Amino acid sequence: MIQRRHALTVRVTHWINAVALILLLMSGLQIFNAHPSLYWGPSSYTGAGPIFELAGGFPSWLTIPGTQWLAMGRRWHFFFAWILVINGLAYLIFSIATHHVTRDLAPTRSDWRSIGRSIADHLRLRHPQGEAATRYNVLQKLSYIAVIFVLLPLMVLTGWSMSPRLDSVWPGWVDIFGGRQSARTLHFVIAWLLVLFFFIHVFEVIVTGFWNNLRSMITGRYRIEHEQR
Amino acid sequence: MASGGVLLSACDAASRNPHVTKVLSIGEFLSQHVQHAVTSRTALAQEFTEADLSPEFRSNGTDYPDSAEYRALAMNGFVDWRLRVDGLVERPVELSLDQLRAMRSRTQITRHDCVEGWSAIGKWTGTPLSEVLALVHPLADARYVMFYSADPMDDWGTRYYESIDMEDAYHPQTILAYALNDATLPIPNGAPLRLRLERQLGYKMAKYLMHIELVDSFARIHGGKGGYWEDEGYEWYAGI
Repeated sequence: MIQRRHALTVRVTHWINAVALILLLMSGLQIFNAHPSLYWGPSSYTGAGPIFELAGGFPSWLTIPGTQWLAMGRRWHFFFAWILVINGLAYLIFSIATHHVTRDLAPTRSDWRSIGRSIADHLRLRHPQGEAATRYNVLQKLSYIAVIFVLLPLMVLTGWSMSPRLDSVWPGWVDIFGGRQSARTLHFVIAWLLVLFFFIHVFEVIVTGFWNNLRSMITGRYRIEHEQR
Repeated sequence: MASGGVLLSACDAASRNPHVTKVLSIGEFLSQHVQHAVTSRTALAQEFTEADLSPEFRSNGTDYPDSAEYRALAMNGFVDWRLRVDGLVERPVELSLDQLRAMRSRTQITRHDCVEGWSAIGKWTGTPLSEVLALVHPLADARYVMFYSADPMDDWGTRYYESIDMEDAYHPQTILAYALNDATLPIPNGAPLRLRLERQLGYKMAKYLMHIELVDSFARIHGGKGGYWEDEGYEWYAGI
C-alpha cells in the first residue's frame, strides 16, 4: 500500500536545507583554514593560547573553494547562510501553522514511556513496520527537535555573534556564549554535531529501506509493507 | 567521495564565473541592509576593561611600509608628517600630529576582529573622525570617506586604501587613532595614524594614514571596489 508520507513544504525545505548545510560546512572549513585555531573568551590573544589548533587546516577536498581562497569562501558561506535562514523560517512558519510540530514532532506520553525500548530497537537495527513506520519514532522526534530547535538556531546565533555590527545591537550579548572567540569555537563544535547527526540520519535512512525513504522525501509517497501476523 | 569531487570542481568552476559570484554577493547585500535595519546608526560596539587587554596587540599585513617617503617620516618621529583632508569639502586642511592631538579625543577599549577569524583587544586613543569632518565642512554630495595609506602593497606601488560611508564616518567610535594602550601608536600597528571602525572587520581600518578624501563614488578609484582587499574580492561591507 502506498501512502502519502511527507508534505510538499517539508520535502522542499528538507532538500534546500541539505544543500545549504553541506555548502556551509565546506565553505566554513575554508574560513576556518584562514586561522585554524580556536580560543575561549572574547579575544584570541589573552595570554592563554588556543584551546585547539589544526596545523595546516582541513584538506582542500573538504573546502569550498578547493584552494586557499578566503574571500570566495566567505561569499559562498554568507549566501548559503541566508538561504538557510530564509528556508528555515519558511519551514518553521509552515510547521507551526499546520501543527506539524505538535502533531508529528512533539513526543507523546507513550513515546516517552517507550524510549528505552526504542533505544534497544535502534541498537539492534530493528525498526517499526507497517503503520508505525509512517510516524516518527521517539528517538527520531527528539533528534529532529534537537537539530531544528537547538543546534540550527545556535548555529545562526553563534554566526551572528561573530559580526561586529550585530554585536552592537545590545552590547555584551555575545557574552552569553562567553565572548566572540568562544562563540566561534561553539560555531565550530556545533557544525560537527550537525555532521554527526547527518551520518546517523543517513545511516538510519539506509537501514530502514533506502529507496522507500528517499522516494518519500522526494515524491512524498511511502510504501507500507503489511505486517504478517 | 566521487560525488564530493564533482561538487568541489563544480564549486571551483562556479567561483570563477562572474555570473555566479554576482549571485553569491546577494549575501553581502542582504547582510548590509538587514544589519543596518536592526542596529541603530550610533549603537556602540562593546567596550572592555583594562583586564581584557591583549598582552601584545597583533600586527597584521604591513608591519613597516616599504617606501623611502615613509622611512624618512618615521626616522624623524613623524614631525614632518601631515594628514591631508580634501575632496568634496569646503575647506581642505593639512593636519600635523600635534594638531590632531590638540583636538577632542576619545579613548576606547575595543575588540578588533580580523577577517581571518582571530580577535584582539586594545585600548585606542584618537581624534573622532567627526571632529575632522566638522573642520573641513563636507559638501552635500559627499557619500564616502576614502583613506589612503603609506604602505605599498606590490611592486607596482599600489598603496593600501579603504573607504567607509558617511554613517560610519560619523559613528562616535570611528576615530583616527594615534595611541595604543596609552603609548604612541607603534609602527607595526599603523603609526602615526590609523582608522578605528569598531563595527566592521579589521581590514577596513587602514593603517599609516596619509590622505583622507571625500568622494561621491569610488568606482574610478584603483580597482573600483572601494579598498585594497575589496579589489581582491573581499566584501566592501565587512560587518560580519
